[in-house]
Amino acid sequence: MNKRKSKINYNKWGYRFIMPFIIIYVLFSIIPLLQTLYYSFFEYYYRFGGAQKVGPNFAFFDNYIKVFTEGKFFKYFYNTMSIWVLGFLPQLIVSLLLALWFTSTRLNIRCQRFFKTVIYMPNLVMASAFSLLFLRLFANNGPVTNMLFDSGLLNETFSFIDKAVPTRLLISFMNFLMWFGNTTILLMAGIMGIDQSIIESAQVDGASASQAFRKIVLPLLKPILLFVMITSLVGGIQLFDIPQIFTSGTGGPEAKAMTVMMYISTLLGPSKQYGLAGAVSTVLFLITAIISITFFYFFNRESFKKGGDVR
Amino acid sequence: MKGEKRRMKKVLLMIMVVLLGITVVSCGEDTKVEATEEGKVLNIRVWNTEFKDRFRAYYPGYLETKSNGDDLLDDGTIVKWIEVANDQNGYQNALDVALQNQASAKDDDKVDLFLIEADYAKKYANAQYALDVIEDLKIPEYSLSQQYQYTKDIVTDEDGILRAVSWQATPGLFAYRSDIAEAVLGTSNPDEVQAKLDTWEKFDAVAAQMKAQEYLMLSGFDDAYRTFSNNMSAPWVDANDNVVLDQQILNWIKQTKEYATNGYNHGTKLWDSQWSADQGPTGNVFGFFYSTWGINFTLLGNSLEDADGPKEVGNGLYGKWRVVQGPASYYWGGTWLVGAKGTDNPTLVRDIMLKLTANEKIMKQVTLDVEDYTNNQKAMNALAQDETYGSPFLGGQNHVKLFNQSAGDIDMSNISPYDQGLNEGIQTAFRDYFLGTITFEQAWAAFKESSTTKYPELKFGATPQDPFAA
Repeated sequence: MNKRKSKINYNKWGYRFIMPFIIIYVLFSIIPLLQTLYYSFFEYYYRFGGAQKVGPNFAFFDNYIKVFTEGKFFKYFYNTMSIWVLGFLPQLIVSLLLALWFTSTRLNIRCQRFFKTVIYMPNLVMASAFSLLFLRLFANNGPVTNMLFDSGLLNETFSFIDKAVPTRLLISFMNFLMWFGNTTILLMAGIMGIDQSIIESAQVDGASASQAFRKIVLPLLKPILLFVMITSLVGGIQLFDIPQIFTSGTGGPEAKAMTVMMYISTLLGPSKQYGLAGAVSTVLFLITAIISITFFYFFNRESFKKGGDVR
Repeated sequence: MKGEKRRMKKVLLMIMVVLLGITVVSCGEDTKVEATEEGKVLNIRVWNTEFKDRFRAYYPGYLETKSNGDDLLDDGTIVKWIEVANDQNGYQNALDVALQNQASAKDDDKVDLFLIEADYAKKYANAQYALDVIEDLKIPEYSLSQQYQYTKDIVTDEDGILRAVSWQATPGLFAYRSDIAEAVLGTSNPDEVQAKLDTWEKFDAVAAQMKAQEYLMLSGFDDAYRTFSNNMSAPWVDANDNVVLDQQILNWIKQTKEYATNGYNHGTKLWDSQWSADQGPTGNVFGFFYSTWGINFTLLGNSLEDADGPKEVGNGLYGKWRVVQGPASYYWGGTWLVGAKGTDNPTLVRDIMLKLTANEKIMKQVTLDVEDYTNNQKAMNALAQDETYGSPFLGGQNHVKLFNQSAGDIDMSNISPYDQGLNEGIQTAFRDYFLGTITFEQAWAAFKESSTTKYPELKFGATPQDPFAA
């Protein structure tokens, strides 16, 4: 009896502290998520521009069939992925370069804190404000367009927002600017976690800088790189603020900058198509999951083959 | 010592708890007392500042605007303005959410008054969202007798009940620059200019003349859209959800493509910065299609060189603009006030509606001050016949006389609940066609794509024929 009294069980306090988060998360994230999935099997929208409710009528996989046969989803998904890749590849390369330079003992760059703050700043700006700024800058009578024409670089005014490729490039560029600071700092943390003695011993053995980079630093950075790729992928697939503001919701010239999230947002527009929007969201989730798992597999191929544990 | 400290802490804690309790209880008591009278907060939903400015300048009960943007009325009511822009159905979406929550919202948060546009008037003017103007709000029919009939017809529901009121009639017009008219046409007299513009063929011929002298006839691709679309012979969507492409819209597409190819227009979009700049001293565009609300709400501001300067001759293009009927009579938009079902301020809503849409003196003053064409036949007739009335912005022209005739002829019977989405959709889809990057068939496919996303029940038939083919 005495033993039981003196042994105070603190476990219940752990649960009690987590409860508020769990309750809010379940109420505001899990339940709506499940509802989205639930309604994706129903025909549920409002006709006459939102005035009259239709449904919810159970419709099996009709919404999913519509998503796959209508073709719009794949067009917008292709837009989303091209914008993401155009922004992410330079982002990765530039961030890796910057991370190497900042952590290099040979280069020993001064005022590192200043640089790190400056490259991180675009991430702090609200995406919609950033996008609006670029829209004003590159508008048909905006400062950049006028500057290019007045300086004599071009013979006639070049319209950025009326052409599909410049629009996509600008959106990718905005994405790049906003996120490369974040990626740089993450990669720096990863590089600083690598034991310097490994690299030194390789250099003693005669390895060049690029060999040290390819064979030692890069493999050891794999976990961080995987993290960066997957979070960037998820963020890229859900790209919304920047193209929405930059194209004023229209999707740009020939709808080439219309992303999947913009499509879902328009579906929920006047007609509140909960059924079809739910189906699109679920398909998007599945695609994101498949791509993430593929990345995960490729990054950890050797570990999977050997049957060992994943680093 | 330890014991005393502990006791002190306990006493302090008790005092804090008691103080907090008193404040909470006392606040609670105040709100309880007020709940039996009419609400103390009036929530008005708008998409721009037009009605806000009108209200502040002309509603007799208005006292002042507080620093957070709310207005204070003389009986102590606070007016909260909730502004959501119209683009991409944004205003409608936000309004729908607010109206759905109306029953469960607190009195101070309930929507009391909201504005609707002609493009979606049919959606909200019914028993579900709007109070009966005559029976619920107790506005007598004779008070509204001077309003133009079409402004009442459009917001009367299937049971014949009036659901909203408007302060304006919106006959369409063509505003032109008198200095450019002098230079190219040799005259800036409105009657003579109208004679040169009164059919589309003549209009196109003048466009070529303008181009020859390095001026542009129109600014944007969508400027002339309403002049065509409001003369459609049938609604956008028929009774079986089929989208009908009217000949008038095809005419617009054909004209705009020709103008774009020949360089008669500037390729701008309605409301964008270049379009606004074209109305000012730096622009070289001959004219703009506008409705009467556009004169004071948009053109006036855009024509000034110094936006904060006095609104008088000498400041930019003030005084240089004139208006004529143009190649076709039409209307453009219009705004209605709706008393929201479930409002807790019905008396105040009634008073605002009476004062700003039915009071002859106030409405006449509005026209005298800001050139808007107000919804009062008696006042407009009086001004039309008044030899001494002229708008200073329009160089002394009596535009009320010009539109007195056409205001009574406006026919809004071809509106549909899909108008906003389809009008915006076709302008966006065909922009690339006008710019020359895609074909007519591709533009139609893009229009079909965006329209079925917005309105899933719509059915599209075969692609119409390219107006330039064969």
